[in-house]
Amino acid sequence: MSGCGADLVGESLHPGVARGPLLVLVEPVSFWGGVDATGVIVDARHPQRGTSLAGRVVAMRAGRGSSSASAVLAEQIRSGHAPAALLLGERDTVLLLGALVAAELYDARLPVVLIGESDFAALDGGEVEVRAGDPPTPATVRRAGGDPR
Amino acid sequence: MQQTNAAPLRLTAREQDMLDGRDGEAVALAMRLVTGVARAVAAERLLEVASAHVDGCLYHGRAGLDLAERLVALGGRVAVRTTSNVGSLDLMHPGLVRTTEDTAPARRLMEAYLALGCEPTWSCAPYQAGHRPEPGSHVAWAESNAIAFVNSVLGARTDRYGDFIDIAAAVCGRVPDAGLHRDAARRAGLVLDFSAIPRALLAEDVTWPVIGALLGDRVGTRVAALTGLPGDLGDGGRTEDRLKALGATAASTGGVALFHVVGATPEAPTLEAVAAAGAPVVEVTTADLRAARDRLSTASGDRLDAVSLGTPHFSVSEFAALADLLEGGPAFSPGVDVWVSTGRRVLEDATARGYVAPLLAAGGRVLTDTCTYVTSVLRPGTGTVMTNSGKWAWYAPGNLGVDPVLGSLAECVSSARAGKVVRDERLWR
Repeated sequence: MSGCGADLVGESLHPGVARGPLLVLVEPVSFWGGVDATGVIVDARHPQRGTSLAGRVVAMRAGRGSSSASAVLAEQIRSGHAPAALLLGERDTVLLLGALVAAELYDARLPVVLIGESDFAALDGGEVEVRAGDPPTPATVRRAGGDPR
Repeated sequence: MQQTNAAPLRLTAREQDMLDGRDGEAVALAMRLVTGVARAVAAERLLEVASAHVDGCLYHGRAGLDLAERLVALGGRVAVRTTSNVGSLDLMHPGLVRTTEDTAPARRLMEAYLALGCEPTWSCAPYQAGHRPEPGSHVAWAESNAIAFVNSVLGARTDRYGDFIDIAAAVCGRVPDAGLHRDAARRAGLVLDFSAIPRALLAEDVTWPVIGALLGDRVGTRVAALTGLPGDLGDGGRTEDRLKALGATAASTGGVALFHVVGATPEAPTLEAVAAAGAPVVEVTTADLRAARDRLSTASGDRLDAVSLGTPHFSVSEFAALADLLEGGPAFSPGVDVWVSTGRRVLEDATARGYVAPLLAAGGRVLTDTCTYVTSVLRPGTGTVMTNSGKWAWYAPGNLGVDPVLGSLAECVSSARAGKVVRDERLWR
């Protein structure tokens, strides 16, 4: 893994600190139409249908679908059903905007981190802590509980 | 390890003042959103925009309403000409859209956008309501068909904007210098050649949304150049209506935000002007088009409950064509509800020209300010719906739970009269 004493270093797209179980999505999901208001995947074609994103550090390679996903994510953040953090494999402004607007309206900071392809492939599970500073500074993703890999 | 290679975002002194609140808290909030996105896409500067078209006025939940009302409370006003996309209600014809628990907040949302200074166009086709930016100008447009149209048919430049960033850009008049604002991103990476398609098929209006469906399917979000297609944007609306249908469908089945029709659209006088030498060329066949057409129809049999026209919103020239087809003919079957979605400005113009009366006389209805595929208009129990819109056909099964059949405008009229699906299959063989 990368240096700096962290398990993984990415680029901060939106600042914040969060901790939660890591959930790696095997396919991107559209937050509009594909995830319900409580954060559960409802897209019938998604292999992880029924899984909840709420409170988890969610890793997805790319955004998918309608730009209205911004509004859905902001609403989940407002109602307490959003992921704890997002780790993205691509620069996705739709989900980022949901986080930006929720920070403005509800003072809730959901860190959004861009990570590289090789780091993405190495993600598995477990409890992780995400620390993202003001963009474009680096962000760290550490395995929580003092068990460095 | 991920490296941050981009140069940092640099703001002008004026922009820094805006971010610091010199123009008020609404502008500062808008600048925080726009610069937040600019940093995420590694833009090095912002661009001034000449106009905006906002899609955030369609109600998707409380966060969208909270942002619009926050901007109003902070004294926000749009800094550039800004038109409004469809909302969730028909404000001109109350009663056509059924009332739900979202009706009250949906109305508040539309009122908040007016309070911010948006024009009450309530249309996904602002380009039919006199909002036509200059070629080469930078704009901030939202809604996928409007984005494809303003980029491709008008030659102005927008990236794919959507909820929140649209109104933020309108309030501060800035967007990140990124994506389709930049020259290199507007060049075609591949060519689709339609030279082998019979001209008789290309003369049918229904062929154009089908071309769009094929384009979206083949290119996804990439920019393509289309060769071997007829087209003259000075022909009084016919080519414009065709390219509107093509772009709307390509934006739905793929994620197309820009396409070039060589010899017709403003950036593509020649293939060389938009595509690199050696760009891969795909030869399109009639069989390809037939397959794309089949994917836009999920209904089987000839049962018909409704006809939906006007997605994107019907134009004056489409109303003229409809009036011609209805002239002197019988009324629609009482078992088929016929809806035409359009914008207020077009409705006024088409009515004054006498194009709307024949539709109403035949039993059809007009919906403004919204669209049959985003709100509760079709009567419960509607099963099969015929449409001339590839976009409507693409989204209807998921949004509305109905089975669409794609047909030409003439086939939609014949079917509505007959009370069952009537399509001419000969051209597609």
